[in-house]
Amino acid sequence: MARALINVPAKARKGDVIEIKTLISHVMESGFRRTQTGEAIPRDIVTAFACTYNGEEIFAAQLYPAISANPFITFHTVATESGTFEFKWTGDNGFAATETAKIVVE
Amino acid sequence: MKEQPSATRRQMLAAAGGLGLVLIVRPAQAQLQANPAALNAAIRQVTGGARLNKGRVHLDVPPLSENGNTVALGVSVDSPMTPEDHVKAIHVFSEKNPQPNIVSVRLGPRAGKAGITTRMRLADTQTITAVAELSDGSFWTETGHVIITLGACLEDVI
Repeated sequence: MARALINVPAKARKGDVIEIKTLISHVMESGFRRTQTGEAIPRDIVTAFACTYNGEEIFAAQLYPAISANPFITFHTVATESGTFEFKWTGDNGFAATETAKIVVE
Repeated sequence: MKEQPSATRRQMLAAAGGLGLVLIVRPAQAQLQANPAALNAAIRQVTGGARLNKGRVHLDVPPLSENGNTVALGVSVDSPMTPEDHVKAIHVFSEKNPQPNIVSVRLGPRAGKAGITTRMRLADTQTITAVAELSDGSFWTETGHVIITLGACLEDVI
């Protein structure tokens, strides 16, 4: 299981725009590199990322080989209600990782 | 015995010549060509041929980066982010990477603010293009230039 780091504020006021930071450990092998003997190294990247807030999708990203190793993505959302964020990464070779974070909205 | 030093000198000169050749050849390899056809095709794929307006998008890239493997990328769009008027998607493109797409994100009115950051790989010094798709169907664009000292994708794997 790939290690993921999530930064979501623990508390927020209703209607606040909050910033969410995410990072997942992954090599993001671009598929354009070669070994010294000239063999192409097959692509192995995270291709998609999505974030849901109490079951509703609020953000989704499609990643390409031009994203650095250990993809780091930040985005914003409006704190509407207390609940959970679910983060999901999917990629080549059946890569899948999920992570959750809770928020209290007052 | 007399042959020995001269042979060594010959070898030294040959090696020095070879070194010079390597030094001349390397920058020529590193200089990648821009591929406007692939870039325009990739942009057309998201816009469907719609007109690109300049402005509203802010592209935050460093003017110079020593390492092309991790270059900070920030894109924000001036938008109230209401259900009637919001940013639907942001796409970022490169002109010299082997593949023009860098990242594509989908947003909605629940984002509150159209601003994302990530880290990208750049093969060479080049211009980055960001395209934002708004809910009214219009497309807005901004470009930024990044100088790369050491590009990604070129290093050998041992």
